[in-house]
Amino acid sequence: MPKIFYRDKEWEVPTNITVRDAIKKGDLNPETVLATLDGKLITEDIHLKADDVVKLVAVISGG
Amino acid sequence: MNMRQHKLALCADHFTEWVPAQVEKSIRKYRMFTPEDLVLVAVSGGKDSLALWDILLRLGYRADGLYLGLGIDGGFGYSDESQRQCEAFAKSLASGYQGMRESGNQEVEAPVGQGVPIQDPVVPDTQIPDRWLPKLHTLSVPDAYGESIPEVARRVRRGRGKPCSVCGLIKRHEMNRIAHEMGYLVLATGHNLDDEAAVLFGNTLTWQVGYLARQGPVLPESDGFARKVKPLCRLYEREMAAYCLVRGIDYIYEECPYSFGATSIAHKELLAEMERKSPGAKQNFYLSFLRAKQNGFLDDRHQELAPSMHACERCGQPTTAPGLCAFCRLWVSVEKR
Ligand code: SF4
Ligand SMILES: [Zn+2]
Ligand SMILES: [Zn+2]
Repeated sequence: MPKIFYRDKEWEVPTNITVRDAIKKGDLNPETVLATLDGKLITEDIHLKADDVVKLVAVISGG
Repeated sequence: MNMRQHKLALCADHFTEWVPAQVEKSIRKYRMFTPEDLVLVAVSGGKDSLALWDILLRLGYRADGLYLGLGIDGGFGYSDESQRQCEAFAKSLASGYQGMRESGNQEVEAPVGQGVPIQDPVVPDTQIPDRWLPKLHTLSVPDAYGESIPEVARRVRRGRGKPCSVCGLIKRHEMNRIAHEMGYLVLATGHNLDDEAAVLFGNTLTWQVGYLARQGPVLPESDGFARKVKPLCRLYEREMAAYCLVRGIDYIYEECPYSFGATSIAHKELLAEMERKSPGAKQNFYLSFLRAKQNGFLDDRHQELAPSMHACERCGQPTTAPGLCAFCRLWVSVEKR
């Protein structure tokens, strides 16, 4: 199953799910993160494969 | 990269061209500066300011960086780490940026400070001939004034346990001073659309008419002090993070430890919720405010009511207070002791 990492959290999502839905499964607003696969930016409409490991980067900062 | 507010999706290559093109549009639309102006970019080590510097250089502007060391640790050396990030970026610049516009401007002398307690500038490892040689200036507040920002805040007991009001005051004053002493007419900051929308949201919740009247992409120069501009004001925070990722710009992911729980972050989260439900909501909120302002919705009457400005007796910066400006008052109690 594809795995999602965000800060100190991680969760698994069903294969073939879209990146956008995978983000929502972690209780996050997709507007506030970017998804990367192997250090490369991926778009939210991509469907995840079984062994994909996605890292999310927060985009909201203070100040 | 999907940009739902523009109903647009771009591949990585086109995206890294699209972002500078948007910035160029803002620079012209709001008449921020021209290729002849010397621009000082306030860099913090975060994504927005480093991206801004990169973009201005790629567009062929004469942009140097200014890093202010605040002496904030937060258990992970926040200030040291952000300074390291800025210096690494400055060193890598020459190899990384290819000007979109030839600026052939090396006849302009590098600005020289007048007794500014400022470190030797960091310059790129190699230089591309006929291109602006970008310099990073650094001022360490603890080295220059003997106290870190949190120490000053504790001593003067301002801001209920958070040094942010003292920090903002010192940063503003020092940026003004350094830009002035080194001959930069334009001071650019990396505020993006989300930052501006969050500030606008906060100010409208309490109808801070004075702040609303002054909020905008450009704050005009006054009495020899630099014009302040926000070239990223029409770009989403998300787009700036994506730009850094795609361009390989390394920035500090950690936040200043004192930003935790800031109301601006709470406001950003609310706006992000609106954005999720209706793409473009943030952009509309901010840009329609700018348009309304341009059409006279906030007239200048309050400016006549505003207290008049005069020069601080000690440093000469404009202030509304009689005698010393707020920055100089921070230090007088130290000198007396
Ligand atoms: S969060 Fe507060 S203390 Fe930290 S840099 Fe921003 S204004 Fe300064
Ligand atoms: Zn393309
Ligand atoms: Zn003063």
